[in-house]
Amino acid sequence: MPGDHSSKQYDMDLETIRSKVLQMGGLVESQFNDAIACFRTGNIEQAEQVVRTDENVNRLEVTLDDTCSHLIVKRQPAANDLRTVMATLKVITDLERIGDEAAKIARTAKNMHERGTIGTLNHYESIRVIAANTSNFLHDALDAFARLDDKQAAKIMGDDEAIDHEFRSILRTMITFMMEDPRTISVALDTLWVAKAIERIGDHAKNIAEYVIYIVEGKDIRHSKPGSAL
Amino acid sequence: MNNQMPAKATLEISDLNFFYGNFQGLKNINLNIYEKKVTAFIGPSGCGKSTLLRTLNRMYDLYPGQRAEGKIMYNGRNILEPGQDVNMLRAKVGMVFQKPTPFPMSVYDNIAFGVRLYENLSKGAMDERVEWALKKAALWTEVKDKLNKSGLSLSGGQQQRLCIARGVAVKPDVLLLDEPTSALDPISTAKIEELIAELKEDYTITIVTHNMQQAARCSDYTAYMYLGELVEFGETDQIFMNPGKKETQDYITGRFG
Repeated sequence: MPGDHSSKQYDMDLETIRSKVLQMGGLVESQFNDAIACFRTGNIEQAEQVVRTDENVNRLEVTLDDTCSHLIVKRQPAANDLRTVMATLKVITDLERIGDEAAKIARTAKNMHERGTIGTLNHYESIRVIAANTSNFLHDALDAFARLDDKQAAKIMGDDEAIDHEFRSILRTMITFMMEDPRTISVALDTLWVAKAIERIGDHAKNIAEYVIYIVEGKDIRHSKPGSAL
Repeated sequence: MNNQMPAKATLEISDLNFFYGNFQGLKNINLNIYEKKVTAFIGPSGCGKSTLLRTLNRMYDLYPGQRAEGKIMYNGRNILEPGQDVNMLRAKVGMVFQKPTPFPMSVYDNIAFGVRLYENLSKGAMDERVEWALKKAALWTEVKDKLNKSGLSLSGGQQQRLCIARGVAVKPDVLLLDEPTSALDPISTAKIEELIAELKEDYTITIVTHNMQQAARCSDYTAYMYLGELVEFGETDQIFMNPGKKETQDYITGRFG
């Protein structure tokens, strides 16, 4: 959508913000996928790498916030430009939180493998579905943001409910494990933390999809009934 | 801002066409100017926003070859009809121009001049009226000790507020402001904008401005015009956050031309 301003510099400023957000999105997406991978494999080096990447994500958040406030003070954006900047500021926050959750998953994975609690129960299998669904959801949300595709954003909005549902199902499974054998409590709780982190990432992805609709249509659908985006 | 349009329109413009000789400056304008609200006209140069403003008190009458067709209803009458008392109309629909235009006379007389044309006030009543008008225009404290000095001795911002005071003094219903701050510095501009917010308690205000942030700040309604046509009219918040038409969006976001 940026482009065609009388001021070419304005176009470039907007484009810079956009490409940085996409870069941050890509970083966060691979951070999440890597965190899940090391949860499965117990690759401690990879887990540490995920935690380190989080620092880059944090730095990007600070830079982007600054770039956005500079754009506001220099250009006084209006209408769709204003909505783009406002939504970008919020998307950045969501991306940074996703980064935090991914780092949390990586740290939990590292702890579990160091303590050797892996294998006590089939820990990866229980989160496999929620992780795959959330990864797709996040990818689609970032894709919709990149292409400013409000139709796609509206279409995937419902995916968050499936993820929440999956989380509740994991919760019940883990409670069952813990009741049957108290020795599984430690690993079951760790698995639950990871599932919760994934579920939170789903929430952030949903926010991103909502901002896409806000940018394109000017409609703020947050906290409204599901399906109202369609 | 509330979503419903206020019930009362001070001016109702319908099917308005305006001609400068053979050139059509306004094309089929339909628009209401609402009571005690600020309506801003925005658009690129030559789009007809000043022309539209000038039809509202028939300022164009001063120039031969200019004519308006259609209806502008004010107090149940079409002010474009030949029978309209133009002087009375201009007392009720006052105008302030882009460049401050104080008369070459004292501050006091600048204000009293207009009042004397319509009313016969005693010296005391006139003093009161001048003070009242200067207070309304947020100028009183700055000029109360130099009422006998020439209006031209004031600063640009003060001169512009003097012109607003002069317009207010004859107790109009509507104030038309044609780029009232384009020749002023930011502080004087802020004062005029502050004044607009106060004046709309009592008056209906229409403002033409090139400064889009100014329109966004001071107005309740915004009309975007282009090539003599009214492209979009709506609540200012909506026009600047989420305009209905792409042309409007292109203009207010700086994608124009």
